[in-house]
Amino acid sequence: MSWFDKLLPPKIKSRAAKKSIPEGLWKKCPACGAVLYSAEIQSNLDVCPKCDHHMRVSARRRLDIFLDAEPRREIGANLWPVDVLKFKDSRRYRERLSEAQKSNGEQDALVVMQGQLKGIPIVAGAFEFQFMGGSMGSVVGERFVRGVNACIEQDIPLVCFTASGGARMQEALFSLMQMAKTSAALTRLSDRGVPFISVLTDPTMGGVSASFAMLGDVIVAEPKALIGFAGPRVIEQTVRETLPEGFQRAEFLLKHGAIDMIIDRRDMREQIASLLTMLTNKRTAPVTVQAQLSGTAVIPPLSN
Amino acid sequence: MNNNYLDFEQPIAELEAKIEALRYTSEDSDINISAEIKRLQTKSNKLTESVFASLTPWQISQLARHPRRPFTLDYIQRIFTDFQELHGDRLFADDPAIVGGLARLWGRAVIVIGHQKGRDTREKVERNFGMPRPEGYRKALRLMQMAERFELPVVTMIDTPGAYPGVGAEERGQSEAIARNLYTMAKLRTPIISAVIGEGGSGGALAIGVCDRLLMLQYATYSVISPEGCASILWKSAEKADVAAEAMGITATRLKRLGFVDEIVPEPLGGAHRNVNTMAEALGQALVRAVEELSAISVENLVAKRTARLMQYGKFEEK
Repeated sequence: MSWFDKLLPPKIKSRAAKKSIPEGLWKKCPACGAVLYSAEIQSNLDVCPKCDHHMRVSARRRLDIFLDAEPRREIGANLWPVDVLKFKDSRRYRERLSEAQKSNGEQDALVVMQGQLKGIPIVAGAFEFQFMGGSMGSVVGERFVRGVNACIEQDIPLVCFTASGGARMQEALFSLMQMAKTSAALTRLSDRGVPFISVLTDPTMGGVSASFAMLGDVIVAEPKALIGFAGPRVIEQTVRETLPEGFQRAEFLLKHGAIDMIIDRRDMREQIASLLTMLTNKRTAPVTVQAQLSGTAVIPPLSN
Repeated sequence: MNNNYLDFEQPIAELEAKIEALRYTSEDSDINISAEIKRLQTKSNKLTESVFASLTPWQISQLARHPRRPFTLDYIQRIFTDFQELHGDRLFADDPAIVGGLARLWGRAVIVIGHQKGRDTREKVERNFGMPRPEGYRKALRLMQMAERFELPVVTMIDTPGAYPGVGAEERGQSEAIARNLYTMAKLRTPIISAVIGEGGSGGALAIGVCDRLLMLQYATYSVISPEGCASILWKSAEKADVAAEAMGITATRLKRLGFVDEIVPEPLGGAHRNVNTMAEALGQALVRAVEELSAISVENLVAKRTARLMQYGKFEEK
């Protein structure tokens, strides 16, 4: 340490030290604490290369790393939330909305996009957890339903990535009814034999988990994602005991039979494409094996 | 202070106690004080009317959970005949927080299902304070599917603080159980009539509340989260429950204006608990009307209407 540094008060010193690292170039893994090169995390799809921790990603990024680059068309982009109840807690709902809209660049907590997954036409939705905790209000419900409708019209599968704290309190019963609305929409999808794959990411709780998220034909989760109906703190207060290790994590749900599988984010495209090609290969249609998807190019001949 | 009365009911309770005492003395004395009793009775009614004319949403939510408020079985006993309770989800257990079975509603066979709270401490614990676990919802689902199979209308009564937040409930898939009911009820091929008789607590209530006709008792509430829960999250203090109750619009009148409730069933003076028989009579009539009306509609039409009803939920702007 030089004589000059010794003279500086500690506050200034730390500020000066921080400045020497260019902002955003390094990121700390919230799970293992490893300091990582941002570009490295990004190329690893926001999964920590050291501990495989799946970091939360924005809705746009989620769709960007999941869908093929082209074509893409957003569904329900013209829908904006309204404050029907003139809801006000410590702040107005209106203010909270416009603040969330400014800081996220999203109008609401769900983004729905029509596009392709390895050439398979699909509709994919992704929750924006940064937008009021990914809470479900009228716009989220309506966008989901419009996504479902697009799937029905074109006979293409639906994939939805959830990340939500549940229903949006500021929309009161309107938000509760989105649970019924989204679930009802899925009955029409399954009546037509169109598959819906639900991908639960960290966290998927409350009204979202207790409606369409748990109604996937196949339910997938990302590793260690927190998934449940009631939040762990609420449960702890109710039962007044500490919760078991790993409670409400994806692995816990898999063990209890609540979900079909856990997929690493880096395998998500491959695995979901594989599921979808099989789910859409009806027995009356000719056998279609997209060998490049699974890597098993050898097709045993059918014997009579 | 009498625990069977809410704080805003206390003046009424005191007056009623006075009347009771007078009645008691008049029985073994020669003095005729019936005129005095009558005067006090009128005064008591006036007082009740004035107290109940301007209830706040928070007071109403206290009435909805009044310790003496009639529960599902109280109504089943009075409105239905030949009730045959059916038990169990055939998978894990029988959940006493939800009751259901076959019964006759003014002669017509129906499936009736409802949340059930307990009256005394022992029963409260046994009924888990009306908070169902997954097996409760799965029992309800089984009964609804039975109703569909045998072409019986479904009547549900809603009265729960919410689905139970417990370790076992999570392990057995509380979310899935609720979601499955929402899904199945949306396309159930038989009429569903729901009545909120007390507390309509969030997803735990909706899980037996997807319907063709929603009735709500005058002092019942229906909300996405309890006022206390909402207050502790948004105001960081459960004591702001009264403000939260106001903000969320949880009362029958507000929800009717917002288009969620089809019919408000008026309660007797002072609330359902003051005259259970009168309340049951009014609820029974409303249920019969709804069941008869909906039974006349073809199943295709009914399900189409229900779908349309579900799809119109939500308010947003389209630009």
